[in-house]
Amino acid sequence: MQAGELIAREQAELTEDHVTLAWSILDQVMDPEVPVVSLTDLGIVREVTPVGGHLKVVLTPTYSGCPATEHIEQSAKQALEESGFNSVVIEQRLAPAWTTDWIGERGRLRLKEYGIAPPIGSASKPQLDQTIPCPMCDSTNTNEITEFGSTACKALYQCNDCLEPFDYFKCI
Amino acid sequence: MKRFDDTTELLLQLGDSAMIQAQRLCELVGGAPALEEEVALMNVGLDLVGQARNWLEYAAERIDDGRTADDLVFLRDQGEYRNLLLVEQPNGDFAMTMAKQFLFDAWHKPLLEKLCNSSDERIAGIAAKSIKESSYHIRRSSEWIKRLGDGTHESHERMQRALDQIWHFTFELANPYELFNTLDTDNIAPGIKALCKEWQAIVATILAEATLTQPETAENNYLSGREGVHTENLGFVLAEMQFLQRAYPNASW
Ligand SMILES: [Zn+2]
Repeated sequence: MQAGELIAREQAELTEDHVTLAWSILDQVMDPEVPVVSLTDLGIVREVTPVGGHLKVVLTPTYSGCPATEHIEQSAKQALEESGFNSVVIEQRLAPAWTTDWIGERGRLRLKEYGIAPPIGSASKPQLDQTIPCPMCDSTNTNEITEFGSTACKALYQCNDCLEPFDYFKCI
Repeated sequence: MKRFDDTTELLLQLGDSAMIQAQRLCELVGGAPALEEEVALMNVGLDLVGQARNWLEYAAERIDDGRTADDLVFLRDQGEYRNLLLVEQPNGDFAMTMAKQFLFDAWHKPLLEKLCNSSDERIAGIAAKSIKESSYHIRRSSEWIKRLGDGTHESHERMQRALDQIWHFTFELANPYELFNTLDTDNIAPGIKALCKEWQAIVATILAEATLTQPETAENNYLSGREGVHTENLGFVLAEMQFLQRAYPNASW
């Protein structure tokens, strides 16, 4: 479906096709701090539903104090409205709390290609002594430099083989 | 001090304590002993600002007099603040900064655990979100207590001194507070009556591992952060934090 068609029938009822289109648009909106993963890669889009001719999009913040939260909400709204959806309503929802378990396979691959080690294991079944492989050379001979990195979601590691420092997307 | 309903009072205690703790941490921007530590302190501060915002937005809705969460933070005077006395105390050296953080975390995490089971879904949601963050806060702060306490002669001395100095403000954490009774029976904070015992147990365990001597349980006195009776230190924190909104009302960016 083209954006123009949407604009032409802006007053019409929104169908399943519109919802599918909306999801694919949100799949193009990138995280401002890690610009290789999209909002859907991160798993923060919880719901897209038509409500009386408008779209309602439910987003969940990653961390309580994530400074990108408003920016993400704005870019999601803007992207949808530029594609012809009218007065998109963005709703923030805290529960259930976001977990890195919601980051999909593609998102993990994209993080690794970007040089950020994706979260290891599952937040719902935490295991001790996880080894974090180096995203550059795949060595498992790495060590944590600090649990707190450049953004709340990342820890800083270093590879003992290729010596590169790298970010690890923490499992929460 | 004007009193609100019990739930709103609890929200203000949580929001204000997180906010003032965060503001103290943020004073260390550019002044922490090492770059990694500075980043860690700011990460923790940022989490707490976010949590404070969630609690205070809900509080503002319940108070419903037109004020927003921002208004509550930037335009209330110290007598209206409900934060724990502990968090308004100055950072001191790194030992003091971490002692305060740990004593706060040891109260914060078990409290959030109880709030996850709140009959108020909004409170349960914010608590479930916050506890993920609080879990790594306490992991870090208790590591520092052990590392400094069980470290060199000097680090041990300084950590012990920090504990001895800050300890008398822990009476709010160690002793039950009357509001706990209604919050517990109304299922707003189920199990909150056990909080003080849990705080004491966590603190005793970590201090023992850190080879530090635990002072006698602190006794209540005429001060009460939760009742708005603060030390003068809060006034200085607010003077800096609120300056811009006071000098240039409604300034935004
Ligand atoms: Zn490597």
